Amino acid sequence: MGCGRTGAAIAASLDRDGHSVTVLDLNSGQFRRLPDGFGGRMAVGNGMDADVLERAGAREADAFVAVTQGDNRNYFASQLAREIFGVQHVVCRTKDPERGEIFGHLGLQTYSPTSAGAEAIIAMLPNPGPA
Amino acid sequence: MYVIIAGGGKVGYYLGRELLGGDHEMLVIERSASRAAEINDLLEGTVQQGDACEASVLDGAGIARADLVAAVTGDDEDNLVVCEIARYRGVPRVLARVNNPTNALLFQKRGIETTVSATEAILSQIEQELPVTSMVPVMQLHQGLELVEVRLSETSPVVGRTPREVLLPPESLIALIVDSGGVPRVPGADTTLTAGDALVVVTRAESKGMLQEALIGGAHGFDT
Repeated sequence: MGCGRTGAAIAASLDRDGHSVTVLDLNSGQFRRLPDGFGGRMAVGNGMDADVLERAGAREADAFVAVTQGDNRNYFASQLAREIFGVQHVVCRTKDPERGEIFGHLGLQTYSPTSAGAEAIIAMLPNPGPA
Repeated sequence: MYVIIAGGGKVGYYLGRELLGGDHEMLVIERSASRAAEINDLLEGTVQQGDACEASVLDGAGIARADLVAAVTGDDEDNLVVCEIARYRGVPRVLARVNNPTNALLFQKRGIETTVSATEAILSQIEQELPVTSMVPVMQLHQGLELVEVRLSETSPVVGRTPREVLLPPESLIALIVDSGGVPRVPGADTTLTAGDALVVVTRAESKGMLQEALIGGAHGFDT
């Protein structure tokens, strides 16, 4: 869910590896980010709508990844996938690390690009660690 | 009791105003700075500007000692997140406004007990105001006769029958059948009445109750 740079990259990679992938986005223009020859399905719709998720195949999905720009939208859709459609592997991107930590305690796998990015950048600096 | 209201839109504002007069301590958290300033004066300084979806904002608002958090923004995802964080912080009672009634199921699944859907509340009000929803008067004819339209639901007792088999009140007549595809037909011997059909019926004003019973069934109004 969410065909931005991250979503498109995840979809392209999984598709290359032979998985059956559906990409969901509110705006069909976002599908331009997918590579030529992308073999997955592209669905236009709001992933926070249970009917849209069901039409996109949430009931049969093994994994659901929410990578829209909105932490709360990602959380909402992830819980729909988990609670309503019983998707086993759900990953919710959460930019706000505080929120992400709480979501993690509420049954979701979360990934915070903010914390991960900060840590990676600190590691690139000379003499990382306490001064 | 300490009540935190997340969202200072119309619902949050009126809720805050109601609580202001009572014995409760109350705080409204509103994301938009201009809206927060606007209602802060009206709510006697009980409005804090901030995003209630951020745990640190809620912590700053004293969520640890809150007795109730009501998330009443116009976005269901925001309301869900506020309630989840509040509950995670140990607030004994959380309450969410659900804007889209189909989202109520997820709140239920998440164990957020009370969901208040303004849309549903308004719908139920409207439904109460319309006791006979599937019979619509079309026009008055001469000598006490009226033209009404009746839409057949799946529960209608006449579905599957021909018009001749339907026992109508005296001086009542099915004049026209418009099927769910919008195609009009004059009822004939081989016409079968189907759910979704709109029947245009001539009847007498005093027979409308009987007509309704014959075509719609005994139940009045919507199921709630």
